[in-house]
Amino acid sequence: MKHIISAVVENRPGVLARVIGLISGRGYNIHSLNVAPTQDAATSRITMVVPGDDRILEQVTKQLNKLVDVIKVYDLTSEKYIDRELMLVKIMTTAKNRSSVIELAALFRAEIVCVQNQSLTIQMVGATDEVDNFLELVKPNGVQDVSRTGVIAVSRAEG
Amino acid sequence: MRTGVECLMDGLKKAGVKTIFGLPGGSVLDIFDKLYTAPFEFVLTRHEQGATHMADGYARATGQVGCCLVTSGPGATNTVTGLATAYMDSIPVVCISGQVPSSMIGNDAFQEADTTGITRPVTKHNYLVRNVDDLPRIIAEAFHIAGTGRPGPVLVDIPKDVQRASTKAPTPDEVKIRGYNPTIEGHPKQIARLAEAINKSKKPLLYVGGGAILSNAAEEVTALARKANIPVTTTLLGLGCFPETDPLALRMLGMHGSVTANYATHHCDLMVSVGARFDDRVTGKISEFAPRAEIAHIDIDPSAISKSVPVDIPVVGDAKNILRNLIPQVEAKERKEWLDQIAAWKAKYPFTYDQKGSGLMPQYVIEQIYALTKGDAIIVTEVGQHQMWSAQYYQYTQPRTFISSGGLGTMGFGLPAAIGARMGRPDKLVVDISGDGSAQMNFQELVVAVEHQVPIKVVILNNGHLGMVRQWQEMFYHKQYSATRLGRRGRGKNENIPEPAADSYLPDFVKLAEAHGALGLRVKTRAEVIPTLEKAFASELPAVVECLVEPEANVYPMVPAGASLTEMIQSMA
Repeated sequence: MKHIISAVVENRPGVLARVIGLISGRGYNIHSLNVAPTQDAATSRITMVVPGDDRILEQVTKQLNKLVDVIKVYDLTSEKYIDRELMLVKIMTTAKNRSSVIELAALFRAEIVCVQNQSLTIQMVGATDEVDNFLELVKPNGVQDVSRTGVIAVSRAEG
Repeated sequence: MRTGVECLMDGLKKAGVKTIFGLPGGSVLDIFDKLYTAPFEFVLTRHEQGATHMADGYARATGQVGCCLVTSGPGATNTVTGLATAYMDSIPVVCISGQVPSSMIGNDAFQEADTTGITRPVTKHNYLVRNVDDLPRIIAEAFHIAGTGRPGPVLVDIPKDVQRASTKAPTPDEVKIRGYNPTIEGHPKQIARLAEAINKSKKPLLYVGGGAILSNAAEEVTALARKANIPVTTTLLGLGCFPETDPLALRMLGMHGSVTANYATHHCDLMVSVGARFDDRVTGKISEFAPRAEIAHIDIDPSAISKSVPVDIPVVGDAKNILRNLIPQVEAKERKEWLDQIAAWKAKYPFTYDQKGSGLMPQYVIEQIYALTKGDAIIVTEVGQHQMWSAQYYQYTQPRTFISSGGLGTMGFGLPAAIGARMGRPDKLVVDISGDGSAQMNFQELVVAVEHQVPIKVVILNNGHLGMVRQWQEMFYHKQYSATRLGRRGRGKNENIPEPAADSYLPDFVKLAEAHGALGLRVKTRAEVIPTLEKAFASELPAVVECLVEPEANVYPMVPAGASLTEMIQSMA
C-alpha cells in the first residue's frame, strides 16, 4: 500500500538531503517527492509517496520525526486528505489527431498550454489515478515528454 | 564583537568541556592558535580516529559529552568510524571540524571534503556553519543535542572564514529547537499498565541495555529488581547496570550470552526491556524470541519501539524517570518457583571453558584480571573473541565500568577509548583487553598515553588469529581459514607467504610497547599470568601485557546467527 507522508521541515540547506538519505539509508523507497516552502518562509513541506506496509510506514514516520530539522510528520493516509498532482505532457500531433487530443483534454478539464506544429503541451491537474488515466489515453498519439510534480496533499481536518 | 574562534571557545567553556582530543591542520589553524592559551587540556592524538574514540571513551566513563577537534578533508573523513561507533552505541560526542573557506566550498579545494554529507548517516545531527552569527547558537545546540534524549555524536563543520569573521551574536543561555523535543516523562497510564503486568507476572525478566546506563538508572534498575524479585539479564552494553554478583543476575544474553539468560528469555512470561533495542545479536531468530512473553519496552527513542520485535507495552521516556515512577506501583513478590528454576539453571550452566593441554587459556587471563582488580577496574575492550570473554569471565557490578563498541563492532576502539576513559576517571585502573588483531589498529595512540602519563594497561590475548572470524570459519566454513591467520604458518595460498620452520607472530608487541615508551611484558605460561599482571598494574607507566594464548580457543555458548536462543552450541565436542 502507498502512504502519503507529509513533513513540515526547517527551510534550511541540506534538510532534503537528510530526509532522502534517511529513507534510502534504511532501505525504504520513495515513489514520488515534492518540496516547496509553506506559508511560513522558515519552513518547507515535503510530500512523499512511500510504498510499504503499516510497520514500515510507522518506522519511516518515527525515523523522520527523529531528525532535528523535521518539525512535524503526518501520515495523511491515516486520515481524510486531498491530494493532487500536476502533469505537463507533450503529445505528438498532426492535423489528423489534433482535434481528438483537444477533445480528450477538454473531457479531463486539462489545459492546453503550448501549441506547436507537431505537438501540443497539455497541463493536467488531478488525483494521481486521473493523471495516470489521462496519460494512458493520450499515449497512442505518441508522447514526447512527461513531467509530473508528484503528489502534494493537505489534510481535510479543520483547524 | 567576537571572532568565530572566540565564540567557539566560549561555547566549549559554557558546555563544560575540560579535555579536547584532536589533531591540527590547515583549516583549523586559527582555532589551534587560540587553543594554545585556552583553559582546556588538549590531547594531541596521532590519528583522528583515535581522537573520536578517546572522546567516546571519555563520555562513556564519565557521562559527560566528549569533544574532539579535527581539520578538514582527511581529518574529517578519519573521524567517520569513530562517529559511527558513537552513533551506534548512542554516545554523546561533539566533533568540531575545520572546513575550507566558504568561497572555496564545492571547488575541490585542497583538503576539501563534503564533511556534513559524509557524516550525515553516522551522526545524530550535524551542521555546516555558513554564517558566523549562527555559530554561538550552533555550538550550544550541538552539545544540547549530543547529550540529551537518546544521546549521540554531533558534528560542527566550520569554514576557515567563519572562524575568522566577527559577530555580535551572544552565546545563548538556553537552547530551544522546535524540531527536537525528546520525551522524558513516561506516560502515567503506560507506567500503570506496566506495573500491573509486572504484578500479575509469574516469570518476569528484566532485559537491561546501554540506555539504562546512559540514563544513569542503575540504582533504579537494581531497586526494581530487588523489590519485585525480577531476575536481570543485560546486553553487552548494559553490563554493570546491575551487579552481576547478585543472585538475581543472569549475566549477558544473546549470541554469546549465558545459558541461563537465554533460557530465562525463552521461558519468561513478561520481558521488561529497559533501554535495550532488541539487536540481532541479542534476539537470534526473531520469531522464536521470548515466545511466551508479553513484551514491555522502556525507551527514550520512540523509533526503537517495535522496530524488530512487536511490543505490547511501550513506555517512551527517560528510563530513570520512568523507573522512579514505576517502582512504588510494583508489589514486592517472592516468585519462588521462577527464582528456584533460575537458580537451578545458574548452578548447572555457568560460563566454563576446557583447559586445552598445557596451553594458556585466554579465559583464564580474564579471570585473573577480575581477581586482581576485585571487579573494581574499568574494563575496555576491542572487538572479537576477547570482547566476549571479557563479558563472560569478569563480573561487572558498577555502571560505566565496561566500555566496548557494541553496535558497530569497531576493532581498534579499545586502546584510544581506554585513554579517554582514564583521562575522565583518573581514580580508576583502566584495562584495555585486546586481541592481536584489534591491537594493531590504533596502536599508535599508545604514545598519547605515555606523553600524558595516563597509565592504561593493555592486555593482548595473542592467539595469532583474527579469532572470532576464525571461529566462524571453523564452525560454518569447513575450517578453511581464509585470511584469518596472523602467524606465518598455514596461510592461504592466495596470501603467498613463505612458510617458516617455526610459527612466529608479527609484530613483537613487547618491543612495540617499548618503542612507544610504555612498559612491555610477555606472558607465556599460566604461572606467569598473575605476577606479570601485578607488575603491569603496579607500574606508573602505561603497560602492554602480551599473553600468548591457545590459538584456537572458541567462545561458547554460541547461538548461530539467525537461530533461536535455545539452540546454543556449548562446545565443539
